[in-house]
Amino acid sequence: MQAKLSVVALSVVAAFALSACGEKEAPPAPVAAPVVPAAKPEIVVKLGHVAPMTGPQAHLGKDNESAAILAIEELNSQALEIGGAKVKFELLAEDDQADPKQGTIVAQKLVDAKVNGVVGHLNSGTTIPASKLYFDAGLPQVSPSATNPKYTQQGFTTAFRVMANDVQQGKVLGEFAAKQGVKTVAIVDDRTAYGQGLADEFRKSAEANGIKVVADEYTNDKATDFKAILTKIKSKKADLVFFGGMDAQGGPLAKQMKELGLKAKFLGGDGVCTPEFMKLGGPATEGQFCSLPGVPLEQLAKGPEFKSKFTAKFGYEIQLYAPNVYDAVMVIADSMKRANSVEPAKYLPEIGKTNMEGVSGKIEFDEFGDLKGGAISIYKYQGGTLAYVETLGGSPVAEAVAEVKDAAQAVAGAATAVGADAVKSGAEAVKTGAEAVKGAADTVKAAVEKK
Amino acid sequence: MKNWLSPRSTAGIALITIALVALPFVVGMGGQAWVRILNFAILYVFLALGLNIVVGFAGLLDLGYIAFYAVGAYTWALLASPHFGLHFPIWAILPIGALMACVFGVLLGSPTLKLRGDYLAIVTLGFGEIVRIFLNNLNSPVNITNGPQGITLIDPVTIGSFKFAGTSQIFGFAVSGPQKYYFLLVALAILVIIINLRLQHSRIGRAWQAIREDEIAAKAVGINTRNIKLLAFAMGASFGGIAGGIFSAMQGFVSPESFSLIESIMVLAMVVLGGMGHIPGVILGAVLLTFLPEVLRYAVVPVQMSLFGKVLVDPESLRMLVFGLALVLVMRFKPAGLWPAPERSREQTQKACVAVTQTTAEAVK
Amino acid sequence: MDIFLQQIINGLVQGSIYALVALGYTMVYGIMGLINFAHGEVVMIGTLVSITVTSTLAAAGVPLGLAGLGGLIAAMLVCMALGWSLERIAYRPLRGSPRLTPLITAIGMSIVLQNLAMIIWGRNYLTFPPLLPKVNFEFAGAHFTLVQVAIVLLSAAMMGGLVFLVYRTKLGMAMRATAQNPAVASLLGVNTNRVIAAAFVVGSALAAVAGVMVGSYYEIAHYQMGFMLGLKAFTAAVLGGIGNLAGAMAGGVLLGIIEALGAGYIGDFTGGFLGSHYQDIFAFVVLIIVLMFKPSGLFGEKTGDRA
Repeated sequence: MQAKLSVVALSVVAAFALSACGEKEAPPAPVAAPVVPAAKPEIVVKLGHVAPMTGPQAHLGKDNESAAILAIEELNSQALEIGGAKVKFELLAEDDQADPKQGTIVAQKLVDAKVNGVVGHLNSGTTIPASKLYFDAGLPQVSPSATNPKYTQQGFTTAFRVMANDVQQGKVLGEFAAKQGVKTVAIVDDRTAYGQGLADEFRKSAEANGIKVVADEYTNDKATDFKAILTKIKSKKADLVFFGGMDAQGGPLAKQMKELGLKAKFLGGDGVCTPEFMKLGGPATEGQFCSLPGVPLEQLAKGPEFKSKFTAKFGYEIQLYAPNVYDAVMVIADSMKRANSVEPAKYLPEIGKTNMEGVSGKIEFDEFGDLKGGAISIYKYQGGTLAYVETLGGSPVAEAVAEVKDAAQAVAGAATAVGADAVKSGAEAVKTGAEAVKGAADTVKAAVEKK
Repeated sequence: MKNWLSPRSTAGIALITIALVALPFVVGMGGQAWVRILNFAILYVFLALGLNIVVGFAGLLDLGYIAFYAVGAYTWALLASPHFGLHFPIWAILPIGALMACVFGVLLGSPTLKLRGDYLAIVTLGFGEIVRIFLNNLNSPVNITNGPQGITLIDPVTIGSFKFAGTSQIFGFAVSGPQKYYFLLVALAILVIIINLRLQHSRIGRAWQAIREDEIAAKAVGINTRNIKLLAFAMGASFGGIAGGIFSAMQGFVSPESFSLIESIMVLAMVVLGGMGHIPGVILGAVLLTFLPEVLRYAVVPVQMSLFGKVLVDPESLRMLVFGLALVLVMRFKPAGLWPAPERSREQTQKACVAVTQTTAEAVK
Repeated sequence: MDIFLQQIINGLVQGSIYALVALGYTMVYGIMGLINFAHGEVVMIGTLVSITVTSTLAAAGVPLGLAGLGGLIAAMLVCMALGWSLERIAYRPLRGSPRLTPLITAIGMSIVLQNLAMIIWGRNYLTFPPLLPKVNFEFAGAHFTLVQVAIVLLSAAMMGGLVFLVYRTKLGMAMRATAQNPAVASLLGVNTNRVIAAAFVVGSALAAVAGVMVGSYYEIAHYQMGFMLGLKAFTAAVLGGIGNLAGAMAGGVLLGIIEALGAGYIGDFTGGFLGSHYQDIFAFVVLIIVLMFKPSGLFGEKTGDRA
């Protein structure tokens, strides 16, 4: 830990030094400012955003960019003042085509443009090589959706993410499987960074929870035939098939399980937690489970509001990571406010201290820049829709205790409500209150066990 | 080309030198990102010249060339990253990478020597996929390549205490990281070009040419076709290995997804489009196809927006469409490439004439 | 044992699809010695066309069976036209040029077709309407469906038909003559251009049938589905001896079974070192071994400089 801290300190110093150099070369904002004749000095804060805008993931990239635009507009409408100057946010959107080479090129573009911070990239494959450039330039980078654990483990103090990583999700899925009474599991992954990472973490967690892994099978991200591996899994008599991969393979896999007469259940991560999965898997998906990082928007204080704002502005539904992108922008703006500076070197230390309620949930970072806790929600495929089941993980003890307190208050409230005229409703309230207490107690237990 | 590089034309050399030295600074004015694109262009020149030895000189269609690039990249990544805790210096890794790639080239070459053109193409394609699949899966039971997660924190190039990453002051100039890599790449590329030129006009080069034109005749005049073909594979592979090493160091991260089949086809398209066997043509092809996506990106979207009001075809799919069409059209109308070697273009016209006479004869019938 | 039987069934069905695609490679190769790299893409186009037509017809109220038939016919027509134009535009002008030339053209065509399909049908996976009722059979613990039975039977029937075409009809005789020696054939009054075009058209029609089979079997389709399928089918053709119709069929089935058994058992045999993650390389390894030791394939006749 000592060594780690000194590394962090050193790199912060390095970042300071670097940004100082940068300033000498070309003083950016103040020169542009006097052009606008205003009573108060106005500074332009440029935020970079990177996602694939072309290629197979263009629809996700578009979703991300829209959310960033929304966040920037809202920030500008607030007429923020930072360091005594009016702040105008500007978005510099770049396209990395989900290609690692292109990822470093656009990262360089953003560094050249002397942006104040970066939101992105979407994929781990581009986020990781780009993170080095941002670190060298001392630029804070907040990725909304790169879930590869390695991203934040490179020792780059500039790297943050506002989404639970694969480790956190795999862990929760393993615990969930154990809770469902699964004794034996077969694990299939698609040999992509995402699928393999998730499957590995699931394996660790499942084994830690006393589940026996009876088969490790593999496919790839273009496959359509899974019968050979499924037949093998059948011979190993697994209770559950865990799939680390995307919906395009997961759907047919679930379907072929049924065709082969496998009785095992199906479980997967966010890659299969989509309507597409149900479309491709047909009736075979009914009653199976999957997980998504975060808490469903409906369950959150600011969620539904964000959702309606987004749809109203862009005319289409949120695809996937929009809430996280929105939060990533807000994390940067919030840190600037607290540091009272838009200089990357000055507000960077503040990002680590973030403690805010985002639209995707509570945002606090651990020492690596990963989301603390990282809530994961479980969903069930039910009648062609994803039905929310529960949220696991992401509740450090303190939060759980708060829940207990809330529940107790509810009970108390219910108790006072019990009057001569409201016996029935009061009784109900007591029941819900009691249930809440129980649920909270469970969470506390789980959290304590985890520690 | 030849009289430029010959020592007799000092002026020519001086001019080229000045242009090459000034280029990254001129391009750098438009942002360091353009220098990075330039670097990738040179990297592809490097790769295309390597493949040119196999396809252009010896006439062996290799569809798995990217495998050697991958071998080079992973050699660097494994020997200079915290993954194994090794941090070898450049003069150790680059030759090891080249050697490893060379060994793989011979490994691929020896069983396939007897195969004729089209079979060879499929087998090399398969070989390329096999290498990628192994890189993707060798994370268990023993973790060698770290599987699909790739290898992070790869050391940048350092020579002595001189680092290629980050900005430094040289003779009072601020030279950025990409600009320094540019000079390294240009130096290596010049070396490869010289080797290529020397090879082309050597006994070996002529032997390759003979095999390309007629293998049986080549054998009949006493050329050891087996060894000469293996040499082509080995040399081409070594260049791929060196390019891979530099790629690894420049990116700081490698994962198997960078070495897919489509990359092999890209490099092949560069060689074919530019002019198989003609060094300036191949260089042109590589530069052209590296900058094409950038140009498309800036041209396609605005043009479509103004014409149709929305983006109908995104530049990424258009790029691939253009690649495919280019391959078809070049083979149809300019089989020797956009900038063919003088003697090749003559041959091709003769051949085309023969073909035309044949078809007319058939049509008459 | 039931597991082994199940793997054989898996392999047999997969192999029948390979075989049908392999027939297309073998026809073209047998006659003009060209690997039509774009053949896998023709299969893909067949699947996508049949999806569009079938779902449009079904949505218009046509009974599903009839709509499926319409889809199949449409796919065959489109693929035949495509095969004919491929030959006409890309390959015929290159006859007599160096061997590499048509091969590179074929790769180019493959890329063009893939990206055109992507522009037309989009990047997402499409679902194929189930043409046959979902009947599940069980035999000695192994499961199989009606679609699987249909695929195996249809493949066999198609091959039978093709053998009849090549050995019992006038066109077939002209094809065999052209394959033996195009110059002599044309001297004897065979219109070799037409024969070669016919080979492409027939091969493409088979590809369309294969495409519809693949689509109705997996019930999904995608613009990238053709490439790997094409490669494996080519391997199957080489395995059976390229240019040999029965060989292509046998090679396809054999490759399918090798893949299924490989994925199913190799992990246990090697203690987990090799496993199903290497499923895709079995085909290539088989290809390399066959070409090294018996380039004429398992059932091929000696073909001089063919390999």
